[in-house]
Amino acid sequence: MKIRAIALAAIMSTTSFVGIAQAENVLRWTSQGDALTLDPMSQNEGPTNSMNGQIYEPLVTRDREMVLEAALAESWAPVGATGWEFKLRKGVKFHDGADFTAEDVAFSITRAQSKSSDFKEQVKSIKEVKIIDDHTVQFVTDGPNPILPNEITNLYMMDKGWAEKNKVLTPQDYAAGEETFAVRNANGTGPFIVEQRLPDELTVLVKNPNWWGAASAEHNLDKVEYRPIKNAATRVAALLSGEVDFVLDPPLQDLQRIAAQDGLKTQTINQIRTIFFGMDQGVDELRSSDVKGKNPFKDVRVRQALYQAIDIEAIKRVVMEGLSFPAGMITSPGVHGFTKELDARPPFDPEASKKLLAEAGYPDGFSVQLDCPNDRYNNDEKICQATVAMLAKIGVKVKLDAIPKSQHFPKIKNRVSDFYMLGWGVPTLDSHYVFAYLLHSKGGWNGTGYANAKVDELTDAFAVETDLAKRDQMIAEAWKIVKDDVVYLPLHHQVIGWGMSTKLDLPILPNDSPQFRWAKMQ
Amino acid sequence: MAVPQDDKKPSLWARLNDNDVVYSFFHSPLAMAAAFVTALMVLSSFGAPLVAPFDPFDPAQISLWDGKKPPAWEAGGDPAYLLGTDNQGRDMLSTILYGGRISLLVGFASVFLGMFLGVMLGVISGYVGGWFETIIMRLADVQLTIPGILTAILINGILRSVLPPELRDEMAIYVVILAIGLSDWPQFARVARGATLVEAKKEYIQAARVIGLRPFLIMARHIVPNVMRPVLVLATIGLALAIIAEATLSFLGQGVPPTTPSLGTLIRVGNEYLFSGLWWITFFPAVALVVLVLAVNLLGDWLRDTLNPKLR
Repeated sequence: MKIRAIALAAIMSTTSFVGIAQAENVLRWTSQGDALTLDPMSQNEGPTNSMNGQIYEPLVTRDREMVLEAALAESWAPVGATGWEFKLRKGVKFHDGADFTAEDVAFSITRAQSKSSDFKEQVKSIKEVKIIDDHTVQFVTDGPNPILPNEITNLYMMDKGWAEKNKVLTPQDYAAGEETFAVRNANGTGPFIVEQRLPDELTVLVKNPNWWGAASAEHNLDKVEYRPIKNAATRVAALLSGEVDFVLDPPLQDLQRIAAQDGLKTQTINQIRTIFFGMDQGVDELRSSDVKGKNPFKDVRVRQALYQAIDIEAIKRVVMEGLSFPAGMITSPGVHGFTKELDARPPFDPEASKKLLAEAGYPDGFSVQLDCPNDRYNNDEKICQATVAMLAKIGVKVKLDAIPKSQHFPKIKNRVSDFYMLGWGVPTLDSHYVFAYLLHSKGGWNGTGYANAKVDELTDAFAVETDLAKRDQMIAEAWKIVKDDVVYLPLHHQVIGWGMSTKLDLPILPNDSPQFRWAKMQ
Repeated sequence: MAVPQDDKKPSLWARLNDNDVVYSFFHSPLAMAAAFVTALMVLSSFGAPLVAPFDPFDPAQISLWDGKKPPAWEAGGDPAYLLGTDNQGRDMLSTILYGGRISLLVGFASVFLGMFLGVMLGVISGYVGGWFETIIMRLADVQLTIPGILTAILINGILRSVLPPELRDEMAIYVVILAIGLSDWPQFARVARGATLVEAKKEYIQAARVIGLRPFLIMARHIVPNVMRPVLVLATIGLALAIIAEATLSFLGQGVPPTTPSLGTLIRVGNEYLFSGLWWITFFPAVALVVLVLAVNLLGDWLRDTLNPKLR
């Protein structure tokens, strides 16, 4: 059968190009920044998880309504007070032909727990992985963990044998600039196989004919070609001219233009992602400031002053074209722990800011560098530019350094940034994810140096609390503390807009992560 | 003129009018128009802090609420912003004036650098000859086979990667000057060498040699002043090319950063808004660039025709 198909393809390729175009459904798409690595445990970052999610699969995934859905695990259930049992899908094979077994699950969890992993927080509660049989595993947790399945929806399963053979037993150390076999090669169980990977240039995925879900597959793609295009106008032009079928992140101001063209359409949805600024309040002296010997960000009045100097409505209207929701907390509607009260912002009031700065001992302001990505979030660099102007009005002189995300993120991870922009999505749809990464003193993305024993205690406590009413109360209490401490300056919840050909049917998802297993092309 | 001039000396006007170049200038409306436009743009750019209605580099003067305003005569325009505002609320007219200053600065500096290098190497090659000439001129030939902008991108890329990231933005303008300057020295070297070969055979040079002047003095005092005529013509045309080269580099995102935008950077930033109908953000800087380059070019052409008809 396979040989016949190949022979047929060969004949057709020599006879006519039209034949190929009709026979193959190729989805060509683009966005501003490529996946940072194909190592699925090295960088817990949206586009990276999204790309790897086409190739690799988790045990548990989410459906279009963001409800948990079986992937490599057919079913799961709590075992006792401190454990979860997962029944694995049978007959699943990795792209290289190896069987997917309980061994691989145990290996993947261990790998995610290693030092260079960026998924440590998701698997922190797992003390031990017990292999019951080839297709049953038990995760023993260090206490009750009611949301464990929610936490591992981005934790992709790798083949133990492949990792041993290619010496990629631990994830790539991205911040240190390490290069391993797994960075450009992948061996997952997912619906697509990597055919070609040229970072920042071209990634070609082909259909996995042996995918376990192939029989009931909704997609009809043969090939997915991804080319990052950094320049927004070029990206839109590529869509308008038919060079690509799908643009993940057209500039918001161009959505109308795209929708107006025959053969193109747009989709918008509220994204589960909040954009905010972080300030290093842990170091004793800022690296980029003219204030020496002390750190102005240590003073909550300074942080409050910066917050009240940001005119978020102007950013929404002019920079975001109305497509954003001003935020007061780093958690979007739809995520457990979100409340309208917590999401309220202090009023925009530059006069109050000046007063606060004067009280804190900086009547003439101070200088600091703002680090900003320029290829990650909607209008990221422009938001930063606007902020520079707004802060200048209260005397805070900000020097903006807008750079690609591949250089920006290591700055936060390596704690060398004084003042930075970051966005945070919540794949678990639970506040714990935000606290574990951004607010816990040991959080992997806590670049602020914020360490509050009470917040740490609450975070650890509501991670294991099974009494839901009590848990909600703890979450609310923790949010109240960090809001009063003005740990971060939340800006807004993003709205996403996708632009695509009318020939393409691809459901838009609030996590901004396209799932090509649901894509249909005419 | 109110005061009559001394009869023995012809008036300044008369003397100027007697000069070929001046005469030709005042009888060429095109040259006068080009000179006027060039002078206007140079003066208003370098005097931007005095002329411009706003200082676009002072963040405290920018209000985001004024962003994306169309030119004053369009519906929704604001008379305070004659040419409209960009996405951050900066006055377009002011950014163009400030941007023109950077474009001109880079243009002048890089042409000067290229001219200095080219004349020095060209004159030495022409006067000294031998292996030095062979090496320099073959080098120039090789470099001339590659388009100047590619050489500039190459040099620019190397210099940038050598610099530590935190210095990149501050040094960007010098890097661009160096890159463009290094990419256009061969033309100056060729012209200077050719002129030197002619001059070196003349009697006054022979005489200077006979009285025992050192070669360096002969070149610096006698040859260089006499080869400058064609070189200056080339420099004027080169200025236009250097401005374009800078704009190209900046348009590609390889030039000066958006915090101190040149015309090229402004066009690149504005380009993002072309699809959404905010045409003025990219249109006016582009017009300014075209007008500036055209004026400088016409002036250069006229100068070439007048000073060195053989080049025509």
